[in-house]
Amino acid sequence: MVEATMRVDGNAMGGMLSELFAREVTSARMACDGCGKVEPLGAEHAYLQAPGMVLRCRHCEQVLLVVTRANGAYLLSFRGMRWFELPAES
Amino acid sequence: MLGEVVELIDETPRVRSIVLDIPHWPGHLAGQHVDVRLTAEDGYQAQRSYSIASAPEEPRLLITVERLPDGEVSSYLVGELRPGDSLELRGPIGGYFVWEVRMGGPLLLVAGGSGIVPLMAMLRHRAASRTGAGARLVYSSRSWEEIIYREELERLASGPAGPLVIHTLTRTQPPGWTGYARRVDGAMLAEAAWPPSHGPTAFICGPTPFVEAVASALVLLGYPATSVKTERFGPTGG
Amino acid sequence: MAHVSRGFRGKRAKEREGDRLPPGQYLVEGFPVLSAGPTPHTPLEEWSFSILGLVAEPKTWSWEAFGALPKEEVRTDIHCVTKWSKLDTTWEGVSIDTLLEGVEHHATHVLAFSDGDYTTNLPLEDVVDGKAWVATAYDGRPLEPEHGGPARLLVPHLYFWKSAKWVRGFQLRDHDEPGFWESYGYHMYGDLWREQRYAGD
Repeated sequence: MVEATMRVDGNAMGGMLSELFAREVTSARMACDGCGKVEPLGAEHAYLQAPGMVLRCRHCEQVLLVVTRANGAYLLSFRGMRWFELPAES
Repeated sequence: MLGEVVELIDETPRVRSIVLDIPHWPGHLAGQHVDVRLTAEDGYQAQRSYSIASAPEEPRLLITVERLPDGEVSSYLVGELRPGDSLELRGPIGGYFVWEVRMGGPLLLVAGGSGIVPLMAMLRHRAASRTGAGARLVYSSRSWEEIIYREELERLASGPAGPLVIHTLTRTQPPGWTGYARRVDGAMLAEAAWPPSHGPTAFICGPTPFVEAVASALVLLGYPATSVKTERFGPTGG
Repeated sequence: MAHVSRGFRGKRAKEREGDRLPPGQYLVEGFPVLSAGPTPHTPLEEWSFSILGLVAEPKTWSWEAFGALPKEEVRTDIHCVTKWSKLDTTWEGVSIDTLLEGVEHHATHVLAFSDGDYTTNLPLEDVVDGKAWVATAYDGRPLEPEHGGPARLLVPHLYFWKSAKWVRGFQLRDHDEPGFWESYGYHMYGDLWREQRYAGD
């Protein structure tokens, strides 16, 4: 049993990520490497109150993406996604 | 980008709308939000996301902020901020939790407290477009005095194609109140929400526990998960 | 530099408290909750703490057995890598020295593991000799789940991400390997006074 009052939607990471990708990404789809389910970023679970931002699969809570900021750079780790689909045009 | 504060509107004792003039604002969709960033003189920064309250048709941008008990950003925005000040913001953000008239309806909007803000943008957009798409709003507030946009909702609801607005007051109710007086639950939604057979799209916004309880209840009522869109505010609200 | 917001100070309580604050930190009131995932709620009947890895014999305590171990009261300052600090926090916990008593091993490093798949790595010498505890109470009350209850690691001389919440055990190792945040760019060690927040600092 888990409690998730800190959890928000992937939408909340939308500002920072959309800036990095130079296009709207909250409707961009991704496939979870753990359970294979495909969802848009906005529908996944985001945890922002941390030393970094963590995006987890809404179905299996596997970590999809971790974003940390260090020394003037963003570090993105996509290790939990099989793929991430970006619209061709910004 | 920088927006200039043009006007402040007190919606309730704890909630204020901020009217902003933003040069080169690219336009937005109902449901989107902006990220507001504050910087102190020594460089300390704090950032929060706030839903846009105004419809895309409106000439100026409005955000509505609830002052939280220990909110360092909200107590600045609803307290210190004055007309003439500038606010640094980024946006509009979000393509997932948005509604445009061309997406059709009917719409089921479920709001917990300040979760009403992005849903109000949707209702304002709907009214400005004079669309025939049906809309129902289930809105949970602690008390009558804390209902944000109360009068405007009454006005919209009384119009010819107005939304059906259903309030529930969870803590105190005015004398003679005959409406719902409890947290939104499956039984309330079974009475108040569109039946799934009407093909509604649901938008739920508010504190995380509220959103998750309502989303589960709608899915149990038969709403397909893909028709239920959520915007969680985290533990304490927007 | 970003636009300075007239009149904004933020929630910092005081700028400095003598030299008790490591570089780059500020004091906060309240106890911020930071989390990389949902709060686990392992029922106490299912909870256990284990010492595994390069040990002659693995050791495990149930919640009841753990409760019978000698406890210490700890009063210490804590510092988060996100820059907030709290001074004079009080805890109650079992010293790691107590847990390692009688454990035969050749380990040089520890990987602490928690519910929710969280891990963090530490040199063994940073958790012994009175430097670390498994804490079960904060401020005189049982540790709340959002702050890592029923038990969390407490290693106050390093950034607080090393004080793993919902800790369930240690894997003793002979080499250093990055845990959760360390594998996403945070520093392998995390010394407060040398400001080792990120890899390469």
